[in-house]
This record gives sequence, structure tokens and C-alpha cells, in this order.
Amino acid sequence: MGFLNPPPVRRLPLGGEQATVVESNGQGSPSFVGAPRERAGASGIAIDRMHVQQLSVAYGPKLAVDSVSLPIRQGEVLALIGPSGCGKTTLLRSLNRLTELTSTASMKGRITLDGEDIAALEPTALRRRVTMVFQQPNPFPMSVFDNVAYVLREQASRRPKKRQLQGLVREALERAGLYDEVAADLGHPALRLSGGQQQRLCIARALAANPEVLLLDEPCSALDPQSTKVIEDLIVQLREQVAVVIVTHNLQQAYRVADYVAFMYLGELVEYGAVDQVFGASREPRTREYVSGGFG
Amino acid sequence: MTTTAARPQIRESSASWRLSDRIGLAFAWLLGLMFLAVTAGIVLYMMVQGIKYISPTLMFTSPAAGFSESESGGFLDPLLGTVIVALLALVIAFPIGLGVGVWLSEYGRPAWLARLTESTVEMLAGSPSIVFALFGVLLFEQGAVGFLSRTNDGVVYGRSFLAAAAMLSLIALPLVVANVREGLQAIPGHVREASYAVGKTKLATTRRILLPAARPSVVTGAMLGLGRVIGDTAIIVLLLGATLRFNGAGDIPILETLRGTGSTLTSYVYANAPTGEANQPHKAYAAGFVLLMMVLLLNFAVDVAVRRGRRMTWAS
Repeated sequence: MGFLNPPPVRRLPLGGEQATVVESNGQGSPSFVGAPRERAGASGIAIDRMHVQQLSVAYGPKLAVDSVSLPIRQGEVLALIGPSGCGKTTLLRSLNRLTELTSTASMKGRITLDGEDIAALEPTALRRRVTMVFQQPNPFPMSVFDNVAYVLREQASRRPKKRQLQGLVREALERAGLYDEVAADLGHPALRLSGGQQQRLCIARALAANPEVLLLDEPCSALDPQSTKVIEDLIVQLREQVAVVIVTHNLQQAYRVADYVAFMYLGELVEYGAVDQVFGASREPRTREYVSGGFG
Repeated sequence: MTTTAARPQIRESSASWRLSDRIGLAFAWLLGLMFLAVTAGIVLYMMVQGIKYISPTLMFTSPAAGFSESESGGFLDPLLGTVIVALLALVIAFPIGLGVGVWLSEYGRPAWLARLTESTVEMLAGSPSIVFALFGVLLFEQGAVGFLSRTNDGVVYGRSFLAAAAMLSLIALPLVVANVREGLQAIPGHVREASYAVGKTKLATTRRILLPAARPSVVTGAMLGLGRVIGDTAIIVLLLGATLRFNGAGDIPILETLRGTGSTLTSYVYANAPTGEANQPHKAYAAGFVLLMMVLLLNFAVDVAVRRGRRMTWAS
């Protein structure tokens, strides 16, 4: 069994230190999930995209994320797991500065995107490079085409015109694996699609901006198992094109899609490591307890 | 969007309830039926009376001074007057109401100003229109706003379509604000965030996502406001001058009418009611019927707008 031989312990890269890339061996499945499941192997790509360094986020006096550091790489899916209220969503939202929409939120530490401090970027520019998909499928109340075209256009502009965007819209829908299902009628109201299709439209929308990082906040928790499977397969495919960070409280899902796992508890990053190591040979007792269903 | 399959509904019968509950239920039913009967009675009576006396010629002839029903002409001018003053009022109230509603729902900072605005809007909604009318009379007689109405030798008359519409917009405003705000607030927060999360600004999000999504509420607000404006009498009587026909001021084609005086269906009904100066009830019934039809039509339009909006929403 692969996890009986855990990969070498990774050190968190801090302060510009280069991340040590550990190949996940991609075999073996821990027993906690019951029946063994299919997993895709490692992508073989690892391009540093973002670095979170000593990040702390507080809502008023309440600390939600407590000096967390971790790398985010293209070629890998990073899953943030942990019990409700552990700060995983807050961590995710601070990656594209969506936390700033909460007036009480305050932040300490540094996050870089391709070496640039994201605090120095224009939030709108940052959010086109680090896009996000939410828990609830939330297509905009317009046609499938317009949902994607909206992202491709400048702010509230109506230009470029539909005809000029056709190629890009199609490409985004194809990347999200939705094109074949909606190609017949791109004028179809997006809110009439099924839940799973809506969520893939939201992914297409997020991909249309051509981001470097894709954030997924429990993207399948409102979906049925069939749609979940489709989206999970998509996530694994996408990791080569963009860095993917997924928040999930579904451990099996984390195991199926992730290459790296960060376990958070009470705002703290308890453990970060390759998926087989975290699930199979966790160093921290708290992680071990959580992944075996002990608490949370 | 989920649609539940149709299935036979199993309903609890009140036969098994306690006596006091059953009496309560019967009482509620009775009150409901009474309310319905009274409303239907008024509407039907007005309709029957209206249909009896209405004729197309009434709607296409101008009113004239006369002592009998046969001499006094029709109500073309009041009918057009209603349309003009209502549209004018909406043209003023709608953009302002839209702006205030969006600001209250999407920005609302500083909080104290938002609260103050909200209570001001509520106060407007609760104020009797005669108070606005009285204020309008004083306001529009001022020399500085003399260009809005007829002026003779430096004396400002202060009554015109523009003056009446300006005050009428105040009674339409609260309805526009409230509906725009409610419509926007009914949109889940994650939809806004989804737009911010692809790099859109608040303004772009409001313009392209939120307002289109809230369109049914926006339309409802405008229609309800229009309904209130059409039905208002106090402001018209005090600020429109209540001349039977259009009585223009100046000689610039359209502006002349707007600066001049006239009447609307409400003031026409008021004047021709048995208690009014003109006292020609048949004309009053006919005009009242037309007024009623206009308002019913508006309510129907609101219904359609609301129902359309319900068809597509996000899962909550």
C-alpha cells in the first residue's frame, strides 16, 4: 500500500523559498473511504503560482485564519479540508481579496501571485487572474452565451459584439465540458439548465477570464452524485491549465481530486502535504482523527 | 429551479378540530367573503354605472361649460391630462427612485444616512397628498420657479402640469424606491460575489446583473407608482388649476401645455360628482369608469411582471 511509505516530509516554503515538489505516487487508497476509488495520477507539472505567507484574517476581533502559509501550484489540485468554521473558505476568499467585501475583515501577512504581492494589484485585475466558483450554482439571469460573454467584456460594456466573442465563448464552454450539451441553443436561459450544468457554466465563466488560479468553494455540495462526478473529472483535467484550489468538507472528494491537502482547524493550518500522506500517514493526531471521522 | 411533481394533496379536514377553532375558521371565512363582497360591490356598481353612460364620443370630445349633461361635452382633455401628468410624474420619480433604491440596497454607506433616507422615504409614503399639494402651492408661487407656470405682471400663478407632476412624483417615489430595493435585496449575495469574482466592479454588477435580475420588481414599483399618481386628486385640484380644457401658457408648442393648466379624470370626477360644482353625475360615472379601467389595467400589468419574474430564480 502506497501510503504505508509516506512521501518525504515537506517543509512549507516561507519567504520566497522555493517549494520542494513532491511527486504523489498516485496509488493506493486509504481505508477510511470504504471501497478503493479511482484516482488520476500526478500531472507531472508543477508551476508556482501563489504563495500564502503567514496569512491571518480576522472578522472584527474573531481570528478566522491564523498565520497560514502554503504554496499554490499549477498542475496540482489543492484541497482545503477541515470542520465547518475552520477558516478554509476565508482562506480561499482572501486569495482573490473577496474578503475585503466584508467590512469587518482585516488581514495580515502576504499573498503573492507570480511573485507580485496581491495587495498591490487592482482587485478587479486580481479577480480576473484568480477567479472563483461558489457553492450555489449562480449563473446570471441571462442566456448561456451572455453569461460567458459578460466576463469577456470590459466591465458594463456591451462590446465586443456577440459575433466577435463566439470563439472565446465556445472555448470557455469547451474547457468546462459543457459545450456539447448547450451548443444547440446558446441563447437558452442559464437558469433553466440543470444544477450540474449550471455549475459547469459557472466554471466556464470563471475560465473565460483566462485565470492563473481557479478557486472552488464546495462546488459540488449542492449537486447530485452524477453531476459531482462530472465536475470532479473536470477539476482533475483542469489542473494542468490552471492552479486549482478547492474547499470541500467531503473527504472522499478531497481524496479523489486533490494532489495536495491542507487540513485546517480553528483557523490554523494543522497539516499540509501530499494527499496520500495526509490521508494515509498524517503526522498530526488531529488530522488523523479528522480524516478517520473522529470529529468535525 | 426545482419543480415538484404534481401529486394529490392530502389536506387536513377541519371536522376533527375543536369547536372554538372551527368557529374561528368560520369567522375568518366570513370576514374574507364580506371583504370580497364589498370590494366587488363597489367595482361592479361603478362598472355598471360607467358602462351605462360611457360612449366613445365622450372620450373624444372636449369638455364644455354647460348646465345639462347634453351641453357639457366629453372628457377628452381630462383623459389626456391624466396621461400627461402621470407620465411626467413618473419621468421624475423613476430615475430618482431607482437611484435611491440602488443606493440603499447596494451601497448604504454611511449607515446613518441610509437609515435617515429610509425613514424619509417611509414618511413620504405615509403623508397625505394634500399636504404635498399645499406645500406645492406655496413653492411654485415663488418667482424663482415662475418658469414652470403662467406668469402675469410678475405674479406667478403657480399651477401647471409641471407643478402638479413635480409634487405627484413625491407620492410615486416611495413605491419605486421600496420595490427597487426589495427586488435587489431578494438577489442572493453569492450572485453579486460571482460577478465581483470575475473582476467586475460594483457598478458593472449592478448595471448588468442586479438591475436586470430585479426587473420585475422595478417594473412593479413603476406601475404601482403610476397607479397612485393616476388616482390622486388633492394635488391635481390644488396644483393643476382645474380648468376644464387645456389652457396653455406661452407659445412654445409642447411646453405651453405643460406650463399651462388643465384637468385630469380625478378632478373631472370630483367636479362632476353630485356634490361637486358641475354636478353631472352621469359624466362622473363614465369618467370614473375609465379611471377604474386604467388602474385595473396597471394592476394586471404588475401581476404579469411579478409572475414572469418568479419563473426563474436561484436555488437558495
